[in-house]
Amino acid sequence: MSSLSRDDVAKLAGLARIEMTEDELVELSSQFGMILDAVARVQEVNLDGVKPTSHPQPMLNITRPDVVEPSLSPEDALSGAPAQEDSRFRVPQILGEAE
Amino acid sequence: MINKTALEMGQALTKGETSSVALTQAHLDRISSVDSKVKAFLHVDKEGALAQAADVDAKRAKGEKLSPLAGIPLALKDILAQKGVPTTAGSKILQGWCPPYDSTVVAKLKAAGVVIVGKTNMDEFAMGSSTENSGYGPTFNPWDLTRTPGGSSGGSAAAVSSFQTPLAIGSDTGGSIRQPAALTGIVGVRPTYGAVSRYGLIAYSSSLDQAGPFGRTVLDTALLHEVIAGHDAHDATSINAAVPTVVAAAKSGDVKGLKIGVIKQLQGEGYQKGVQTRFDESLKLLASLGAEIVEVDCPNFEYALAAYYLIAPSEASSNLARFDAMRYGLRVGDKDGASAEAVMNITRDAGFGREVKRRIILGTYALSSGYYDAYYGSAQKIRTLIIEDYAKAFAKADVLVSPTAPTTAYKIGEKVDDPMAMYLGDVATIPVNLAGICGMSLPAGLAEEDGLPVGFQIMAPAMQDQRLYQVGAALEAALISKWGAPILSKVPSLGGAV
Repeated sequence: MSSLSRDDVAKLAGLARIEMTEDELVELSSQFGMILDAVARVQEVNLDGVKPTSHPQPMLNITRPDVVEPSLSPEDALSGAPAQEDSRFRVPQILGEAE
Repeated sequence: MINKTALEMGQALTKGETSSVALTQAHLDRISSVDSKVKAFLHVDKEGALAQAADVDAKRAKGEKLSPLAGIPLALKDILAQKGVPTTAGSKILQGWCPPYDSTVVAKLKAAGVVIVGKTNMDEFAMGSSTENSGYGPTFNPWDLTRTPGGSSGGSAAAVSSFQTPLAIGSDTGGSIRQPAALTGIVGVRPTYGAVSRYGLIAYSSSLDQAGPFGRTVLDTALLHEVIAGHDAHDATSINAAVPTVVAAAKSGDVKGLKIGVIKQLQGEGYQKGVQTRFDESLKLLASLGAEIVEVDCPNFEYALAAYYLIAPSEASSNLARFDAMRYGLRVGDKDGASAEAVMNITRDAGFGREVKRRIILGTYALSSGYYDAYYGSAQKIRTLIIEDYAKAFAKADVLVSPTAPTTAYKIGEKVDDPMAMYLGDVATIPVNLAGICGMSLPAGLAEEDGLPVGFQIMAPAMQDQRLYQVGAALEAALISKWGAPILSKVPSLGGAV
């Protein structure tokens, strides 16, 4: 039986940038063992020499001529922004503490 | 009028027996009278739909050549971007967002004159099999309002099966078109991966996601399939080849001499008795029409579910990183000098539902260093083995078949607290997604024990989608002649006039 502690889940939630409540952390850690046991079945098969598939269609890089084409206007691109200023996305501070 | 097929509605429009505005209004009236019970729609775009309908009527009056589906109403899964119309993917994190552009599917529907009446409910970001994971409450199955319509495209399937629209669009990452089609008694097709553009389809698992059509008949579904399929330079995984001739196949419906492979691993134990019985009956019908039935062995399908629940959450944990509270969507906690990271953390907790968080965390775990090879790496290799199983099976048979889902529709709330029980419902549909091939579900009758619809699944190799329609049309005709009427003639009227 696999398991994942409340602290393990908290660490993963941090990596995934989700601030979970205590209740959520406890619930998820209680469900995780069962889910991990189920998905761990992929390890039951002998996979020596089997190539991984990341994508169902064999495809090479797709390119197009380097010609400027119309794209979203700044107004359209900003139309869903939670906050904007001077035709730019306004975001919370990203470096250090406030003055 | 609303109980006609899309084909018949199109013929009535061509002959001038009705107008698209009248047809659209009749469907809007039906939505007003029954959707308070079914809750298929998250947003009904009354004005936009009537304007689109009037536009088609004007073009018809001028004698312009129109597509067979011009002027016909359609329900659009809320996972596809439609310019200026609220698009949420069933998530609170996108509440109120109106995309500044049309997805390619929407652009193609508009170009064909199809009237988009609204956006349908779904499991949040398509993660689920019952539509109960929607951030906006569940959708109810028109056959029994205490049961789920399946999912994740449950709203689209419920809209079509309750005559709110004759056609709908869904998306299928692990069975999200075929399973709700099965549970509501309609036809649903997941086209070959890359056959329908993913541009503007909000991504869950990019190597598995594919949009596709719902209809009440195989031919209606084919007509819609041809409208939305085709190469698109906006999607780097779009296949640059001619669209399979699905409409012609749906009109022929000849299975004489065709080899149909029954997958040994997708029947028997774990399948409800009434589901298995209807499946076996349909097989016999196909044999009586001249098809040759063979059994095929796909030993690695046993591991498909495990591989899927590693690959899809892994891709989701990466795809859903874009919901960062910075450029669009919800932003919570932006005050008192809070950092961007803190705002991101709080917003993602507030905006994502339980199942979405569960899958993001599972994907984060499966991709983390030290576990990557054991989980995600192994799952990718299982994927290769499943592709090889299909290749061997298709060497013996033109199409493969199975029940679409192991059970009929279950009660709302029955499996919502037991993620593994819910995941098991996808056991027969997931292999198609892992291999990138195409699949159809069509109604095979009602299960004896509960009177609920059963789905028959047909699978064909990549870009051989026409075979689905060829076999589907043959089986549909044989079943309807046996029943005396289509299965939906038995769906409750829900109090509205049909």
